Amino acid sequence: MGELIIIGERINGMFTDIGDALRNKDPKAIQAWAVKQYEGGAHYLDVNSGPAIPTDERPEAYAWMVNVIQEVCDLPLCLDSTNYNAIEEGLKLCKRPAMINSCPAERSKIERVFPMAVQYNASLIGLTMDKKGIPKDSENRIAFAMELVAAADEFGLPIEDLYIDPLILPVNVAQEHAPEVLETIKMVKTLANPAPRTVLGLSNVSQKSPNRHLINRTFLAMAMSAGLDAAIMDANDDDLVDVAATAQILLNKSIYADSYLKVFRSR
Amino acid sequence: MPVAIVKEKYASRVGEVVIGATQEQGGTRTSVITVGGDSTLPFLHFEGKVQNRPVIALEVTDVVPPWNNIIKSSFEGVIDNPAAWAKRCVEEFGADLVYLKLIGADPEGANRSPEECAQTVKEVLSAIGVPLIVGGCEDPEKDNAVLAAVAEAAAGENLLIGFAEQDNYKSIAAAAMVHKHSVIARSPLDINICKQLNILINEMGLPLNRIVIDPMIGGLGYGIEYAYSIMERARLGALANDKMLSMPVICTVGYEANRAKEANVSADEFPGWGELEERTTLWETLTATALIQAGASILLMRNPNALRLVQANIADLMEGN
Repeated sequence: MGELIIIGERINGMFTDIGDALRNKDPKAIQAWAVKQYEGGAHYLDVNSGPAIPTDERPEAYAWMVNVIQEVCDLPLCLDSTNYNAIEEGLKLCKRPAMINSCPAERSKIERVFPMAVQYNASLIGLTMDKKGIPKDSENRIAFAMELVAAADEFGLPIEDLYIDPLILPVNVAQEHAPEVLETIKMVKTLANPAPRTVLGLSNVSQKSPNRHLINRTFLAMAMSAGLDAAIMDANDDDLVDVAATAQILLNKSIYADSYLKVFRSR
Repeated sequence: MPVAIVKEKYASRVGEVVIGATQEQGGTRTSVITVGGDSTLPFLHFEGKVQNRPVIALEVTDVVPPWNNIIKSSFEGVIDNPAAWAKRCVEEFGADLVYLKLIGADPEGANRSPEECAQTVKEVLSAIGVPLIVGGCEDPEKDNAVLAAVAEAAAGENLLIGFAEQDNYKSIAAAAMVHKHSVIARSPLDINICKQLNILINEMGLPLNRIVIDPMIGGLGYGIEYAYSIMERARLGALANDKMLSMPVICTVGYEANRAKEANVSADEFPGWGELEERTTLWETLTATALIQAGASILLMRNPNALRLVQANIADLMEGN
């Protein structure tokens, strides 16, 4: 039960305006997208410097981003980086419990990230992959999910604070993955009681396809039907947010009222 | 073998609503009532907090009501005097608050004017110190005029006024907003309309903590189970953080229970049913106690003997388990 958690994807250095903002230390674009995504319906804001900032400067950059976002918006943040020192600098400043994005099923990284999540009362996205990459089938994805669940238990992370990301790949190059991802979402719920939650980097499914919006919207509905709890997605695609609201009604997860679309966005 | 108690963890809680306003708050009440706030299903003290106990309002009408003589006998001497009747409800029978039902406004009945109704409200307010709930005569057009006059006459008192319905909520909500009262939002045993009406009233600008849900109920033996399931669903919605279903629930127990044949016909007619005096009291009592198990926060009752039994039941339920 519960509403789909929308994690707005737009504050990412891969986008030119955010990359420029980071290089020039000009908070305007970052702050504008924070507010805009809040208005669109986001519950968390993903924060990712991308390649705009050299690795050794990222801790400072994450601290700066957290501060400038919190000046204008009090949504909790989802700190997105492979640089765990950068994430930690951000976590120190977060006013609300944050989300860490992400940790693969690799022992050395688990030992670095899980205790950090516990220390800062953060939730954590665990990826169903290891050094060798993303498995082709759901069975191996689940095996990694199991390792992450065991790690949560070992390090004392509440299981509801673990979000398993079964890693969707672009449909135009890796079509066979989508059914495996859907199956994984279903199976994750059987791994523990209470169960871990599930999350997808939704926009990845439509990378470089001409029908990006349609593919995102369709896959979101399918994934929600499989039990998806959260999505890192375009919070300003109104039709996509409407799909989330409507799927929730059709799954009987929230109670229908004629104004359900409007209510879904209100807090 | 020790048994592990399974506990649910809920994301949210029922909203709290305050009824009445003291002098500092712009009214004249000597005390106010807070309802709602629970963070679990009704009375599961081991699982969450049961924040405020359910409260009982005794019903008073502005003209002599067509009730059975057993109930009326408790109000001998005051049944044609709403202010004195209200005072007796509080001082003698221990009602938490008073529910003044303006049946006299009915155009098919006494057809009292909005001004007369407002005057009665003022008289009742000066006779008692507890908060007041005011219900119209349920003729939509007349109620819009009557409740607007009442709201203005009692400005600042934070009355709980009703009934706002899907087809007729705007003028009641507006009157409540302007004159600082709270509203009873009534829906016909329908969770979807219930939610929609709350959304509509809230969109007009009335905060969620000034709305109370009247889901409409059935009395014992007359569809109470439908009311029970709607109320349970609303409570689960509130606990799952559905803000538009998170208001406390009010139930018209006295009205529904006393419509039943079982609450009115004598033992002469149905010897197997036992004496009417006991039966009519129990009919209202059991309607009330079932509904507090479903999550009712405010019970509108008529019979002081039933009130006493339900109060004892509430006191028991408020003790930890």
